[in-house]
Amino acid sequence: MSLLDVRDLSVVFQRRGERPFTAVDKVSFSVEPGQTVGLVGESGCGKSVTSLAIMGLLPQRGNKVTGEVLFEGANLLELRPDDMRDRRGRDIGMIFQDPLSSLNPVIPIGVQVAEVLERHQGMDRRKALREARQLLDAVGIPDPERRLKEYPHQISGGMRQRALIAIALACKPRLLIADEPTTALDVTIQAQILTLLKQLVDETGTALIMITHDLGVVAGLCDTVNVLYGGKVVERAARHELFARPRHPYTHGLLNSVPRLDSVRGERLHAIRGSVADNIPWTEGCAFAPRCNYVVDACLEGAPPLEPTATGGDLRCNNPVPVEVTVP
Amino acid sequence: MLRVIVRRLLQLAVTLIALSALIFVWLRNLPGGPIEALLGERATPERRALLVKALGYDQPILVQYAKFMQRVLTGDFGNSIRTGDPVAEVIGRAFPATIELALVAMIIAIGLGVPLGYLAARHHGRLLDNLSIAGTLLGISIPIFFLGYLLKDVFTQNIHWFPPSGRLSTGVDNTEVTGFFVLDGLLTREFDATADALWHLILPALTLATIPLAVIVRITRASVLDVLNEDYVRTAEAKGLRHRVIRGRHILRNALLPVVTIIGLQTGALLSGAVLTEKVYNWGGLGTLITDSISGGRDYPVLQALILLAALVFVVVNLLVDLSYAFIDPRVRVR
Repeated sequence: MSLLDVRDLSVVFQRRGERPFTAVDKVSFSVEPGQTVGLVGESGCGKSVTSLAIMGLLPQRGNKVTGEVLFEGANLLELRPDDMRDRRGRDIGMIFQDPLSSLNPVIPIGVQVAEVLERHQGMDRRKALREARQLLDAVGIPDPERRLKEYPHQISGGMRQRALIAIALACKPRLLIADEPTTALDVTIQAQILTLLKQLVDETGTALIMITHDLGVVAGLCDTVNVLYGGKVVERAARHELFARPRHPYTHGLLNSVPRLDSVRGERLHAIRGSVADNIPWTEGCAFAPRCNYVVDACLEGAPPLEPTATGGDLRCNNPVPVEVTVP
Repeated sequence: MLRVIVRRLLQLAVTLIALSALIFVWLRNLPGGPIEALLGERATPERRALLVKALGYDQPILVQYAKFMQRVLTGDFGNSIRTGDPVAEVIGRAFPATIELALVAMIIAIGLGVPLGYLAARHHGRLLDNLSIAGTLLGISIPIFFLGYLLKDVFTQNIHWFPPSGRLSTGVDNTEVTGFFVLDGLLTREFDATADALWHLILPALTLATIPLAVIVRITRASVLDVLNEDYVRTAEAKGLRHRVIRGRHILRNALLPVVTIIGLQTGALLSGAVLTEKVYNWGGLGTLITDSISGGRDYPVLQALILLAALVFVVVNLLVDLSYAFIDPRVRVR
């Protein structure tokens, strides 16, 4: 049994007087214990909404979540709010994008780590703080004893994200969701945080869902990658397969637009033309069609289904990029 | 921290000196005055001149002010022109009555306002929220004296739930220790006096609390709405923390900063509201003293001291508010 099995997860935002908007459209993927799975796509593709839906953290009103989120066989979407509350932080931990705003500015770091231990492990404050000290040490925060009493504004951005990782991993969850954990950090710190995540995931055996728009992050970390576009999974493949032979024109475009050190001087960067806002408003066609270099008539008429590929992945495309093109 | 306090106290001293000069000049330029009040309109010029000289009003205003300040610095505010009692004594009698009223009003305003504002925010856009907006608008717009007489009419004339005026029923025996009747009753173990004092306090305190209550509900609501959208609240939810902890530790503690500011500023409204409320309920505090001192022949010494006292209370409360920031928000802590 998979650790996490997301089946046909859809999230529709509906405000009174506005047209409903489908942010996540029948997304399915699974995570095996200890596995690292990437959700990749640009802003607005539904990757963060997917993670919030799994955590049950979407606002209570104004949206409709359908499908199944099976965690060790139990459908999280059907749990009572209090039961879900028991699982959050204990079974599933989560790290967010902006470490400064994600930490409470008026509470010492130590208490912010300790409170999750108090909640789920029944520790008292003293014991929890002692454990918090070790956790801060484990995520590589120097002088943890002093940091316990400090506030988020007193420590650096990298340390804040380390503290958030300590919080998320405090109760040794079986699944960790990292939503763009390095986006708000500068490049050298990004690398440190990714190395730390990889090391912690290996040590603890925690499964990881890595949400990112950064293919560099995927390359270093993920076993399997799901590429999302317009709320749908458009391609799924093992990491090396995806990088070697991207079949969906969107994936291909993403990989091509990564700047390379070995490219000829003066050569223009590749860009995917248009923007996500160009999503076609009807649901029948492929959402990427208006931006696609490989578009055929069929793309405008019917959304292709997600179909297995010969290499063990899945692909949603009428006219995939030919293999010979993708091989560099 | 100490430096901040010292600096603020120096600012306070400057404020008070400037204010005292302003009041001094302003009062003496008002039409009418103690001479007319004491001697009547038909007094002979000779008698008037005599009294003017006796009270020192014939001297240049700068000299008068210098003498006044000289005495004030030794703690002597002079004697009331109306009664002849020392000003400190006159104010000392009325002060506890007003402070007791204002404190209870503030306890009502904060005690009801913060939870109501929180609930309104949590029910954003739904019935409770809309009711709170309509209700607070009414609370802010309704004149205090009107509300006072309305409550008094309903609850003391139509249904006799509360006493119409005063601080204690006649015949209730209380021993004055501090002048705060509720506290006195507790100190001397005369609990019937405490109960009676509280019973008298409810209507005036409710009247006085209306505006601060409405303001606090609104500010709390807006502030909680802001905080609910903060990432750290989402983090707290992601930790699976209990509602109680998220509400207290993560939402309210951050949301209360603007509320505390408003509480400080509302002290001013409370002091002016006390004048009207005390009039309606015949309360016998500073508000009554102010109106009596103005209408009863411009009792300069009492008025000067009263206005300075009001300013002092306002500035000190706001200093305490500023200092309390440091305890709520570590980011404003000064090292």
